[in-house]
Amino acid sequence: MLRLEPRFAARARSGLFWFTVVLILLFMTIPAVVVIATSFSPSELVTFPPAGLSLKWYVRAVTYPDFQNAFINGLIVTSFASTLALITGSAVAYLIDRYAFPGRAALEAVLSSPLIVPHFTTGLGFLMLGVALGINQGYAIVIVTHVLLVLPFVTRSVYVSLRNIDPHLERAAANLGASPGRVLTRITVPLLLPGMAGGWLVAAVLSLTEFTASLYVTDAGTQTLPVAMYTYIREYSDPTIAAISAILILATTLVMFIADQIFGLGRILSIDAH
Amino acid sequence: MRTDNEAAPPPPPAADPAANAVELVGVSKNFGAVAAVHTVTLAIRQGEVLTLLGPSGCGKTTLLNIIAGFEEPTRGRIQIDGRDVTLTPPHLRDTGMVFQNYALFPHMNVFENVAFGLSMRRMPKARIAIEVSRALEMVKLEGLGGRRVRQLSGGQQQRVALARAIVIQPKVLLLDEPLSALDKNLRGQMQIELKELHDRTGLTTVFVTHDQGEALSLSDRIVVLNRGEIQQIAAPLELYRRPANGFVASFIGDINHLPPAECHRYGSDILFRLTPAIELAMPARADLALRDDQKAHIFVRPEHLRIADETGEGRNRVLCQVVTHVYQGTHTLTRVEAVGLGLLQLRIPGGEIIERTPPGSRIVVTINLDEATVLAEA
Repeated sequence: MLRLEPRFAARARSGLFWFTVVLILLFMTIPAVVVIATSFSPSELVTFPPAGLSLKWYVRAVTYPDFQNAFINGLIVTSFASTLALITGSAVAYLIDRYAFPGRAALEAVLSSPLIVPHFTTGLGFLMLGVALGINQGYAIVIVTHVLLVLPFVTRSVYVSLRNIDPHLERAAANLGASPGRVLTRITVPLLLPGMAGGWLVAAVLSLTEFTASLYVTDAGTQTLPVAMYTYIREYSDPTIAAISAILILATTLVMFIADQIFGLGRILSIDAH
Repeated sequence: MRTDNEAAPPPPPAADPAANAVELVGVSKNFGAVAAVHTVTLAIRQGEVLTLLGPSGCGKTTLLNIIAGFEEPTRGRIQIDGRDVTLTPPHLRDTGMVFQNYALFPHMNVFENVAFGLSMRRMPKARIAIEVSRALEMVKLEGLGGRRVRQLSGGQQQRVALARAIVIQPKVLLLDEPLSALDKNLRGQMQIELKELHDRTGLTTVFVTHDQGEALSLSDRIVVLNRGEIQQIAAPLELYRRPANGFVASFIGDINHLPPAECHRYGSDILFRLTPAIELAMPARADLALRDDQKAHIFVRPEHLRIADETGEGRNRVLCQVVTHVYQGTHTLTRVEAVGLGLLQLRIPGGEIIERTPPGSRIVVTINLDEATVLAEA
């Protein structure tokens, strides 16, 4: 007895541990599981659990013109927004890392503020600004909004990569005759590329799936996929919405998985770089 | 940068004793209130290996960074090859540096690393290929040009860093503790190779180290630094035999620092009274101006202490008790204690002494002061 007791306690602890882990995993994934399961339902209504197995809602989802247009809108907005954010974010990260200037701390704080400011506030603000300036329609206002929303992630990603560069490398290059400009193009930027690419991908995924702010700044012609999905669900109640959601979940999972394999997401998403 | 000779490695620069490769004049560097380097004036001769030696924080790396241009001196000026470069940025200085962690470019292979300096000098690609393979050959890495730097061992990385620095034929080669990251066996081998490399290239070399053994074996001259100030500049042998002050004496090699003694002239000898019972004699030397009753500090190397015949006669005999033996292969370091003198270290060839005089035994030690360093107290 005396010999078995600690083993029993250890087994109980380990059982409790795994039970908790499974519970948390279930809780985290249950919405996605419900959506994906429903997407295969043959019935006209959104029901869970599904009564059979069918792919017809997938066919409808990918052939529905509003979704097609919204997907293309999303690609346009995302590619511009992520690229602009990458350029701005890299420049800002470089400035913050390399130069001491008045307002540096303030700039750092502002850059992390979209993590705090609710997306609907950002959307509403840009909508009102757009109306005042007469640019409340078209892609520009959507792109600008998305740039603002993804900028902190890109900046963080580049900033963390910059911090990880051994300063001796840049010194070595200068010592071998590279002017400051060539140190930047031949050493610093190539070493930053993984961080920049990873930051761009994260930005793209965030922008593609952003809903709250997009709802304010898009119109019928520029609406992105999440907005189109919202519009759809207000008019219809069939599982097409579940099918398109499942596609979106799969696509973003795939992109994040690839990003993690190649660039290491932990580094990109790490909020505390210091 | 020389780009004209195609054939053999360039001959060592003509030995012109008047030409200095690098000159530092009154160089100081402050970091905030801390003076890392304090009014250093130093001329580095063409083609010599000069070592900056000192404990960590003595300013040796700062001095190297000042020569390379990574740090701007607070005061003073620097000349390289007769040209004032005090305000010249690093990339226009033509120095070749080997960093402590090698700082190889991780996104380039071995060839690209070594070629980097040449391509910065806009040398034609065909010439670069020739120069790089020659440099890799010099450091015994021929054929490894296509390797990623991560695939290399520490010793190989070190050679790539060396090749990358020498291929640009710098006006001065700067080595920042390049051997400290290697294990002991490899370090010894690299010391020899560094020496051979210098014989072949004839490059003026500034070598930074805190390891006095490395400094003694590699250098033409050694600059001993402490707290940002030069303590002594001398050739290794002279530094070992004639340290200029107590710091140098204790920093270079093992040495016994005897308690302060009172001097008296006695004929052609000087007598040092260490304790009321112990008096040591030394023949008077021209370089030593000691007054009677002056206090002096005596430093004696362990190899100048010998075990004497117990019954024999002679000068400078001190009765001691053996404390420990440390066997070192070719010799034994023996610690003994003498009343009034404290611990003394002897360096005795072989290991027989360990069995002959176990710890606790009483022996007579003679202290030969002929080559001792005597510093008069001011």
